[in-house]
Amino acid sequence: MSGVGIGDRAVAGPVVRMGAAVPEPDDVPRTVDVDVESTRAVDALAEVAAELRRRAQHSRDADARDVLEAQAMMAEDPTLRDEITSAVRAGKTAARGIFEAYGRYREMLAAAGPYLAARVADLDDVRQRAVAASLGVTVPGVPSPGYPFVLVATDLAPADTATLDPALVRALITEQGGPTSHTAVLARARDIPAVVGCADAALLVDGDAVLVDPAHSLVVRDPDASLVAAATEVSGSDDAAFAGPGRTADGVAVALLANVGGPDDVGAAVRAGAEGVGLYRTELLFLDADAAPERGAQVQAYQQVFRGFSEGQRVVIRVLDAGADKPLAFLDPQPEPNPALGVRGLRALRAHPRILETQLAAIAEAAKHSAADVWVMAPMVAEPAEASWFRERCQAHGLSVSGVMVEVPSAAMLAPEILAEADFVSIGTNDLAQYALAADRQASGLPTLQDPWHPGLLRLIALVGAAGASAGKPVGVCGEAAADPMLARVLVGLGVTSLSMAPGAIAGVRRSLAAVTFEECRALAGKARAAGSAAQARSAGAAV
Amino acid sequence: MPVRHVAVAGAEGLHARPAALFVKAATDAGIAVTIGKVGSDGHADARSILAVLALDVRHGDEVVLRADGDDADAALDRLAALLGEPDA
Repeated sequence: MSGVGIGDRAVAGPVVRMGAAVPEPDDVPRTVDVDVESTRAVDALAEVAAELRRRAQHSRDADARDVLEAQAMMAEDPTLRDEITSAVRAGKTAARGIFEAYGRYREMLAAAGPYLAARVADLDDVRQRAVAASLGVTVPGVPSPGYPFVLVATDLAPADTATLDPALVRALITEQGGPTSHTAVLARARDIPAVVGCADAALLVDGDAVLVDPAHSLVVRDPDASLVAAATEVSGSDDAAFAGPGRTADGVAVALLANVGGPDDVGAAVRAGAEGVGLYRTELLFLDADAAPERGAQVQAYQQVFRGFSEGQRVVIRVLDAGADKPLAFLDPQPEPNPALGVRGLRALRAHPRILETQLAAIAEAAKHSAADVWVMAPMVAEPAEASWFRERCQAHGLSVSGVMVEVPSAAMLAPEILAEADFVSIGTNDLAQYALAADRQASGLPTLQDPWHPGLLRLIALVGAAGASAGKPVGVCGEAAADPMLARVLVGLGVTSLSMAPGAIAGVRRSLAAVTFEECRALAGKARAAGSAAQARSAGAAV
Repeated sequence: MPVRHVAVAGAEGLHARPAALFVKAATDAGIAVTIGKVGSDGHADARSILAVLALDVRHGDEVVLRADGDDADAALDRLAALLGEPDA
């Protein structure tokens, strides 16, 4: 069975399928005796409460435990139980009674505002579980069979993946989704081998033995022992042999950096051997806030990240990338017909200069007290004048190394002029692919156009790589493409000098680069960019 | 019927974890307890997490607790103390 491989390690294990979402129960009269149906409802609620409590007890995460306990209470709620049994007495089925009763509270909580928004999601989950239990069907959500398994699903949502434990979920297979789907991003970040967009996986059932082989984008059902041994041995190399800075087999250095969102990510980055940070997203400080954070709070947060790194290590911090599709109340968002093409990134900051000035001042102050090399980067730059404006603002704050993200196709095409106004560039392949192929990252049904192997994207990257080489300036990649061990070789061959990714993906990329020479990377790059489709480019990139 | 008035001191009001703690304490009391917001109609069963959450009690809101039965006063004192305590 073929799909899109994520990661490079092969893993074998038993299939356990994700429980499917239960549809809204029909509002038909119950055909069963009232006492039997009432008992069914009450038992379903008790079963759900017990299961949630069990998960709470086994949870190692205090926040998750609180949520699960609150959910258990929602399942045991006496007022709700009374309403449901009344509904059954009045002629509703247990499933419908449960559905409607929770629905009423859901409306109350949703109307109560942002404080309770998270509780609405929790309540929906309890309702799903209770309805499923009353119908005797598999409870939706990530299963916990109690042993390591390969999770198979149509697709996974962020809510499902939040609680995935790599020790139990050894690999992921999804029928839908592509290289930029949530599943792919999560799998790379947690170093869980995956094959996504594998339509044939619909045929897999609980208990099937499978081999998940991302390097070849394959899933094999009922693999024989010798196949499993061969596949898992080849990719199971000893990481200790490949520790140290990123470089090709012939010693050409390629800095391997981490993408981070804040101080919590620093530990994982350092443990993974990241040589610095290629993308420090500062949005998390600003999201969910009514007003831009005070300078002091920003200085503290930035310092906590900068201090994780030492002299000679770079930390590339990106100023606030928000507005339009990531609306912030204090950026005064106006309705736009096409938010992705509107006032966002640097454009939003130019409209609110005080926010940028405060952020740059905070970055400068935090940088003064740390040994790391702090570089500053602007998002959504489309032309050279924006790059020079940004550089001027950075210099006014004493920030001597500034650069821009290349995520807009015009920036790739104007790379030589932009590099005259910037000390470095970093290619945001996720958005660059989106704009170049006119395919929304979030849209389903467009996997071939969202594939970072697409030659339409690779040729834009090649333009930037060539411009960087002429100018003698660094060209980084900080999108998902950097985390793909096979694509990393192609990127290096296209002139990319650093790769920044989720910490979990660093080891795989390091291994992959160490296995090829620089000339081999260039050869792979030449073949991949000359292809006519993402699939062709992938095949070209897999053959050394 | 014993009654208590309390201003809710926790920063989060009666949401999330504080609500769960309150409901658990009310359930453990073993008697019927109701809670209502001063200035609003309606009393919720204090043992019902959904009814309590739906009250949307914020930090500083004043609530009325009522209970009936053996040890109602002692139970109300405990619950009032729980609500009136600022976060630890």
